[in-house]
Amino acid sequence: MNIQEYFELVWTDYTLRTITLGTAVLGAICGMLGSFAVLRKQSLLGDAISHAALPGIALAFLITGAKDSGTLLLGALVSGVIGTFWIRGITSKTHLKSDTALGLILSIFFGFGMLLLTFIQKQPNANQAGLDKYLFGQAATLMESDVRLMIIVTGISLFVMLLFWKEFKILLFDADYTKTLGFNTKFIDVLITFLIVLAIVLGLQTVGVVLMSAILLAPAAAARQWTNNLGTMVLLAAVFGAFSGVFGTAISASQNNLSTGPVIVLVAGVFVLLSFIFSHKRGLLFREIRFRKNRTDLKLMKTLQFMYGIAQEHENISHPHAIRILNNFHGFTKSSLKKLEKEGWIAIEGQQWAMTPKGYKQAEEMYNQKTT
Amino acid sequence: MDTQKLAVQIDDLTVAYNYKPVLWDIDLSVPEGVLMAIVGPNGAGKSTLIKTILGIIKPIAGTVSIYGKPYSKQRKLVAYVPQKGSVDWDFPTTALDVVMMGTYGKLGWIKRTGQKEKKIALESMEKVGMLTYKNRQISQLSGGQQQRVFLARALAQDASIYFMDEPFQGVDATTEIAIINILKELRKAGKTVIVVHHDLQTVPEYFDWVTFLNVKKIATGPVKDIFNDDNLTKTYGINYKVAVNK
Repeated sequence: MNIQEYFELVWTDYTLRTITLGTAVLGAICGMLGSFAVLRKQSLLGDAISHAALPGIALAFLITGAKDSGTLLLGALVSGVIGTFWIRGITSKTHLKSDTALGLILSIFFGFGMLLLTFIQKQPNANQAGLDKYLFGQAATLMESDVRLMIIVTGISLFVMLLFWKEFKILLFDADYTKTLGFNTKFIDVLITFLIVLAIVLGLQTVGVVLMSAILLAPAAAARQWTNNLGTMVLLAAVFGAFSGVFGTAISASQNNLSTGPVIVLVAGVFVLLSFIFSHKRGLLFREIRFRKNRTDLKLMKTLQFMYGIAQEHENISHPHAIRILNNFHGFTKSSLKKLEKEGWIAIEGQQWAMTPKGYKQAEEMYNQKTT
Repeated sequence: MDTQKLAVQIDDLTVAYNYKPVLWDIDLSVPEGVLMAIVGPNGAGKSTLIKTILGIIKPIAGTVSIYGKPYSKQRKLVAYVPQKGSVDWDFPTTALDVVMMGTYGKLGWIKRTGQKEKKIALESMEKVGMLTYKNRQISQLSGGQQQRVFLARALAQDASIYFMDEPFQGVDATTEIAIINILKELRKAGKTVIVVHHDLQTVPEYFDWVTFLNVKKIATGPVKDIFNDDNLTKTYGINYKVAVNK
């Protein structure tokens, strides 16, 4: 199957459609909520939460013996939330900084989770296989009920986000100030964090514990490059996330069933890379172009200033002068001279240049810093 | 002064981050309608005092009242200008949007901002001379402009008492004059303005009331009565010569 066939099949093939819809919705909710994580400078929190969810999955299986994703993800949610609260507890009650707290919880919970997984695999009953799919995710196991759950949770998150939009925005920008206005910042904070945990837990089956934070952060980081408006950023991140999901699934399905999670993450990575280079506002490419243009413009002005200095000493400002009195130090090149002529600031005749009244005025204004 | 209302009253306030107290047993009364500077060396607890009054930091002991009632009941009477370095100015939003945040408190939970809030915000921006920058992304504002945006946001709160944490830090002379003129106008309108201030030279010129703070309260009162070498020495621990009563 090639990509084209995939996009034809996706409308008719039930399994393909379910998986594609699932990854698209997942990408959208992660992009949306990931924007908040990125703006709160809590990018690593997502990584810690997803790793912290692993022991919950294993324990849920050990306790209930059930293997359906609903039960296991509930376990993931519980241990993800516990991990999050421990991180907050460590940062507020000890002298440790948040990166240390995140690292501690991430590795301890993940270690405990791995321990439980190996313990489960050693169990005699045959029902244990398949839990390790939560490590790297397996989109192929998505069922219609999973996707329905994703859509419901995404809908609720969207509703909560729109309802508390104003509160979310002000808390992200200035938490202390928000408190002085009388808002319960703890409540808003817990609400945002809980939504992020929800999004992560939803993605565990598809993308897996290890790569989950990438799908949370990459669309948001890419979206930030294109806009200076919070609403647009959240929307763009959701779109980037959804596209990463769809394209990732398409590529993985068409290329001999490459593992879907890593492909989605790589597609999201491509979005980030392209955004970093090509964004018109903050992109490296346009910044370099602007920088070069400014530099040539400045060189041009330097030449004009020198000419202005000479022209000032003559009664007639358009008195011609020899070109060879200009040198590189004055920013002179053949092309800069041509550009000056094109702007109508000087006139060239043979081996001589003469300032035009327009050029004189331009230089004068620059001298007085009247130009903008 | 006995007949004058007290805008802020603080009793026995003690704050400690760890073992060492940052503020020790502070009693302080601020009469209504003064323009007050809080001065003291680095680490004297000036910002902490303001943040404790505003409920951002919890004290170990003591009470704060605003017009005779606890702060939690009087929030709408109080506006706050934090240090401009306390937020990320690369946040994706515009100057107008930040000023609009000043109206959120009166608006309350969930309700959206409307034309009324926008009008308040635009008027506040005009007062600080920032109207032309209303759609500017906040990362593209200079330090002085950022400070004015914060001031406008506090003005949009339309409060009775204004707390400001070093509003003159890192701004140029033009902005400093613009800000102090706005503060003086607030006082003229009967508001109380409390400012954490660093430049001792300008205290007599800008303020009519002053509090000396160095973990403990050293002195508080009218500038003309208590802004003298004696109190400066007690607060800063060195013999401080400042020209007073020009």
